Order: sequence, then C-alpha cells, then structure tokens
Amino acid sequence: MKLADENKKYLLTGNEACAEAAIQAGCRFYYGYPITPQNEILTHMAIRMPQVGGTSIQVESELAAINMVHGSAAAGARAMTSSSSPGISLKQEGISYLAGSELPCVIVNVQRGGPGLGDISPSQADYFQAVKGGGHGDYHTIVLAPSSVQETADLVFDAFDLADRYRNPVMILGDAQLGQMMESVVFNKKCKPNSFKKDWALTGANGKKRNIIKSFYPVRGELEEFNAKLQAKYSLIKSKEVRYEEINTENADIVIVAYGTCARICKEVLMENKTPNIKVGLLRPITLWPYPSQIIQEISEKVRAILTVEMSAGQMVEDVRLSVSGKCPVHFYGRTGGGIPSPKEIIRKITEIISVKEEKTSVT
Amino acid sequence: MSEKVILAGLGGQGMMLLGRLIAQAVMLEEKNVTFFPSYGAEVRGGTAYYHLTVSDEEIFSPVIEEADALIMMNFPSYLKFKDLLKPGSMLFVNSSMIDKIDNEANIDVFRIPATKIANDIGNVVASNMVMLGAYNQVKNLVSIPIFLSCLKNVLKGRKEPFFEVNKLAIERGADFIKNF
Repeated sequence: MKLADENKKYLLTGNEACAEAAIQAGCRFYYGYPITPQNEILTHMAIRMPQVGGTSIQVESELAAINMVHGSAAAGARAMTSSSSPGISLKQEGISYLAGSELPCVIVNVQRGGPGLGDISPSQADYFQAVKGGGHGDYHTIVLAPSSVQETADLVFDAFDLADRYRNPVMILGDAQLGQMMESVVFNKKCKPNSFKKDWALTGANGKKRNIIKSFYPVRGELEEFNAKLQAKYSLIKSKEVRYEEINTENADIVIVAYGTCARICKEVLMENKTPNIKVGLLRPITLWPYPSQIIQEISEKVRAILTVEMSAGQMVEDVRLSVSGKCPVHFYGRTGGGIPSPKEIIRKITEIISVKEEKTSVT
Repeated sequence: MSEKVILAGLGGQGMMLLGRLIAQAVMLEEKNVTFFPSYGAEVRGGTAYYHLTVSDEEIFSPVIEEADALIMMNFPSYLKFKDLLKPGSMLFVNSSMIDKIDNEANIDVFRIPATKIANDIGNVVASNMVMLGAYNQVKNLVSIPIFLSCLKNVLKGRKEPFFEVNKLAIERGADFIKNF
C-alpha cells in the first residue's frame, strides 16, 4: 500500500489534494462522473485507488455515483463522490436518502457558475443548496468550506471522521479556483478509519441479528419519532462542531464575513493594511453548517457594520442577518457567474460603508 | 520577499510546465507558493496563462491584480496582460514573436529572442527555458540546481535525452541578459 510520506511537501491542485487526502483517510470507494472543474479528483482516484486496493469507478451518471456511495456506506466502508454544481443538483435525491438512512459519506462540490449549465468559473452560488438541505425532507449535511489547498486536505480527513461519528453525510464545499490552483500540501493528519464501531452496517447476518438500513417509515408516528432523533443529532452537532477563523475582530470598525476563496481575498485587505483609517476584521466560517451564529452575534454587538462578501448574489448573507438579528447593519458585496471579487473592489465597498456612516453621524 | 509573475504564451510554448517547475523548486526552498493556471475554454491561437505568486509570508488572493513581472511568449498574451504592469514592474518578452511593445516609462523591458535562441541550440521547444534563464538572471527567484532537479524528475525515460538541451537553454537565456 503506497501512502504519501507524511513529512513530505507535495505541490498539488486542490482537487488532487482532496482526492489524495480521502485515500489517506481510508476512503476505498470512490464513484464519479466527469465535469469541469473537478475532473482531477476522478483522474487521481482512477490512478491511486488500484494502488491501495480500493475501487474507483467512472460511472454512467451522477445518480449512479451517489447511489453507489449509498451502497458502500451501508456496508460500512468509507466512500466518496465528487462533482461540480450541475452534477451536485442531480445528486440531491441520493443525498436526502443518505441523510434519511443515516449513512456516513463524503460529497465534494467544486462549485462553478450557475444557474443551469452555467460556466466553469469559480462560484459560491450553491450555498443555499448545501446548507439548507438541497434535497427533500428535514435534514442537514455537515458542510465544510476550505480556503486553501492544505485546508482542503485537512478538512477531507475531518470530513470522514465527522461522517462516521454522527452517521451523517458531510459535504466539502469548494470552488473552481480552489480546485484548480496548486499549492504545497502535507498529509500529516492521522487516519482513523477503524476507530468508529459500525455495528449498524450491513456486513452479513450470519450468527448475529440482522441490520436494516432504510429511510422509509410508513407506520403513522414512526417517521415523526425518527425525525425527532435526527433533530436531536443535529442539535448535538450544532453544539459541538462549529468552526471558524477569527482575525483582528477586536476593536474593529467593520468585520467582513466570508468563506472559502472569498475569505482569502478579504484577508489580503486586512493583512496588508490596505484601509489605513478603518480597522477591518475577518470572520471566516469553516463550517457552513453548523453555522457560527453565536460568534457573529457577539461581533455584531461591538462593530459599526458587518460586510458579507460572496461569489453569489447574496446567500450566506441571510445567515449572517439571522445571526446578527438587527444588532448592526449588514452589508453585502457579491460577484456572480464566474466573477471573483478583487481586493480593490472590497476596499471601495468598505470605504463607502464607513464614509456613509460618518456623514450620518456628523448630521446628528 | 514576494514576487507575483504572470506567465503566458501559446498552448505548447511550455508556460504550464515552466510555472509548475518554478513552483515546485521554490516550494523545496521553503517558500510559500500559489500557482493558478487558466483552464477550460480557450481559443486556438490565443493564450494559456498562469498566475504564480511566491512569498515568505502567507499568500492571499491567487489572482494577480498587479504583477511584479510578466513573462510573455507571444503577442496576444502581451496584449492581454500589459495593463497589469505597475511602475517598477519588469516585462520579459519573447522578441521572436512579439515585436511591438508600448512605450512604458517606468517599466524595465527585456527583449529576449527566445524562440531563435532555442532554435539555434537545436530545439525550439526549449524557448520557455531560455525565458527562465533570462528572468532568473535578473530576478534570482529560484535556485537553478533545484530547478534542474525538478526538471530531471519530469524528463524521465523516453524524455531523458531532452534534459541537456533544456539546461543549455537556461544558460543561454542567462548569458543573453549578461550581455544585454
């Protein structure tokens, strides 16, 4: 079995790092259907899986891929599928079934521009789909949003552990830029695929009680009871798994809330001190579900304004507004259809927000 | 230290390989590096381009808005990226394929006949390495021995005979700048 040397640095695209990290994390079943900008995941899996005794199949459709993940997960294996926006839409029914059957798995969405076939440029317009369910029914997937190639690898490790711990699908929400760019990456997280006891898995009933994996509860009352159990699990996840990065939020005039690629771009504004007269902070959600509402609420009580920056027409900003619940003004700056916000644009927006506020203050 | 370079040329002029090898080499020198390639729907005769950022500090946006240097292999590439030059930037053009350049007062321009030099040493494909030799003679971004070891890893087996001409191309590029 050939695994990466844990002290060695590799220069990889985000997609390759994602695929390799999955293998290192003990994923041995991968199913994918090609779509730009995530094809490097499929390619890497096709090369690497046979080397580690795993299975990588280029299947006939996205539906086949997600349902094969269902099968492998039900048998207790670590399984993954990946796609980009239009392909992820096709997988939604399967994701709902996985959540309803409480099956652990990892789904990677390397987002591209939409709606429809859209384009192949970076986008964050699948936020609603990722965090609000996407498929039918009252369910959640845990959603992790990396902002560098190294973090993509690290979060893939965590994704498999979180999936097994909570018996829940986990989504890695990246974008075309993150998937295509190359950076150095070290695979030094420890792989713990066997530390989770999967006594619920379908591994044969010879000499033991049979297990049933299903999401169908036709008897009146049973489904409500099952939903209550799911909701209790979601509450537990919300209380334990929220992750974020917080930079310079103390004494900030304005705090930017941004994730993934956008957070990286916003960081440039802060760290290179491009707004000398305005103190800017950054809150970068790493888990998009569960959402870091608590910390955003705390920040909203101390700052003059919050600015949300996204590669969408304004999706995560709704969760920011819910968290803030009117404690401070929430502004939005977004680009769509493959447009990437530039540091200059963000500086212009910040200056605009603060100077408008100053005018108002001087009048009163 | 921080260096933002855009490499661009025709598909086949070796900018992807050159950028990736520089990225690998500087990574081995413990610098942070981000290499963002163009991908997808490009037109024949147009440009393949790559954003390369090298820094001792954390790298933020991988998309370059103002370049410290441009390495341009053909005319459409130059047209596409010339506006990203800022005062003090350096422009390295393959003068075999780019003859008209705007008069820029605050830009250092290096005209290197890379295609011709590569052709003269026996392999036109090595024009990318001529450009590297020239660029690095001025900028000293990457250690050439480390770069060559990365190149050696790529030119294995059937491609091994091409190593020497690539190495020579880097030297000729550097020599051209020394006599500039």
